[in-house]
Amino acid sequence: MLSTFLEALISQPFMQHALIGGLLASIACGVAGSYVVVRRIGYIAGGIAHAVLGGMGLAYFLGRSPVGGAICAALVAALIIGLVSIRWKKQEDTTISALWAVGMALGVLLIARSPGYNVDLMSYLFGNILMISREHLWLIFWLDMGIVLLVILFFKQLLAVSFDEEFAELRQVSVNIFSLLLLCLVALTVVILIQVVGLILVIALLALPAAIAGHYVQSLSRMMLIATLLGGLFITGGLAVSYQYDLPSGATTVLLTGLAYLVSSVGISVWRRWQLGRSGRK
Amino acid sequence: MNEPVITLEDVSFRYEEHAVLLDINLTVHAQEFLGIVGPNGSGKSTLLKIMLGLLTPQKGQVRIFGVPPVEARLRVGYVPQFITFDRNFPINVQETVLQGRLGKTRLVGGYRREDHRIARQALEEVELGDLGKRPLTALSGGQLQRVLIARALACQPEVLILDEPTAHIDPKIEEGVFDLLKRLNQRLTVLVVSHDIGFITRYITRVACLNRTLVCHATSELTGSMIEQLYGGPLRAVHHDTLLHTH
Repeated sequence: MLSTFLEALISQPFMQHALIGGLLASIACGVAGSYVVVRRIGYIAGGIAHAVLGGMGLAYFLGRSPVGGAICAALVAALIIGLVSIRWKKQEDTTISALWAVGMALGVLLIARSPGYNVDLMSYLFGNILMISREHLWLIFWLDMGIVLLVILFFKQLLAVSFDEEFAELRQVSVNIFSLLLLCLVALTVVILIQVVGLILVIALLALPAAIAGHYVQSLSRMMLIATLLGGLFITGGLAVSYQYDLPSGATTVLLTGLAYLVSSVGISVWRRWQLGRSGRK
Repeated sequence: MNEPVITLEDVSFRYEEHAVLLDINLTVHAQEFLGIVGPNGSGKSTLLKIMLGLLTPQKGQVRIFGVPPVEARLRVGYVPQFITFDRNFPINVQETVLQGRLGKTRLVGGYRREDHRIARQALEEVELGDLGKRPLTALSGGQLQRVLIARALACQPEVLILDEPTAHIDPKIEEGVFDLLKRLNQRLTVLVVSHDIGFITRYITRVACLNRTLVCHATSELTGSMIEQLYGGPLRAVHHDTLLHTH
């Protein structure tokens, strides 16, 4: 099986793009995903991802680049959710639900009414890593660079805000600014990952590699590193399996990721129970 | 005369229709070890948040070192209740204590060498010098409490404010925590908020009883009947014959 995949990889440029794109995407996935897990903002990330379709639809309707629309929509959704959560905490949940569904609805309507041939809605929703172009690769690369640079520059503030917002505020850290920055990083990561697994499945790649890493390491930076490696592994594995058996790549990647999370969760809890039993017998 | 560390003048606070604090007057002087006690729901956390500038009272004036609380934040070391923490957060002791340096260290990039030195010193002061690399998940309740005190010490504060420092840890360790605070009190003003009055009186110099209103006592004059009055019923206001605002 592996040999067919490797052959395709060597001979087909689109496979090379897919692999490089997937590996680049895993960087943002590991870094931003770790914040999603420790801050428990999976629902916010899901809301942003779905709202993105509205932006893509609008860009498509106006004859602009869908990726540009996706970036704008993701950032706007992140800022709306962030500001609502700062100002009207109780409305946060409702706001996310609204953005989630309204964004999708808007996207579907605009795409339906767009002139020209019909866009492949399915590839927005479920991703098609094989369609990543050279321009997309550069875009993912620059977004990665931006995300990693911001995290390196403000690692200590982002950690403090994630760990203990109140204390961070007392130390004159601009908690609101950094919370919004964090959501923007998540938003950009969502845009990157949409290329790989599509907007409906994004949340799996954001949350699960970092959650698996969290089973084994007790430091945020190491969590980011391991989540990045795992993300790269799952995306590559998903690409190989889907190519071999002619399956949808996004869904295959997500199933692989979910399976790994399940195995890791069960494994770690069995191991802990065993440890507990052993220390109990002593 | 020394400038008071904390002054509250006629401070009242209400959540919508419900008055939580009523005409609180309090002056805390340098080097004091003050305990604020009161039953649950007596307004302790609200009072604390007002002193930290996280809440603004509708009436009255709060001054920390003569300025509004928000401007004095870097001179205050705050120790929150550890029970509110996510114990699974991937962070170690050293990274936690270093957070005390925020606001004084540089904005961009990592912490300075100086920050690491101060954090290490703070950890040694709470007798956890060799646990720097230990993840927070692996700490006992008493150790975590000391880590949070070290984090506040890393702020190099002039006053230490602690919220229920001994809740949820066993009495033996509790004693150790108060011994530590007593030692820190030799150079710092210490203010402890607690619902646990029995223990606290052995250590502190003055106690302020809070149940919507606030009354101060020297610890020597605190009697059983006062405590009974304070805790007698959560809805009953506390009546004292004399209000002692000074000491």
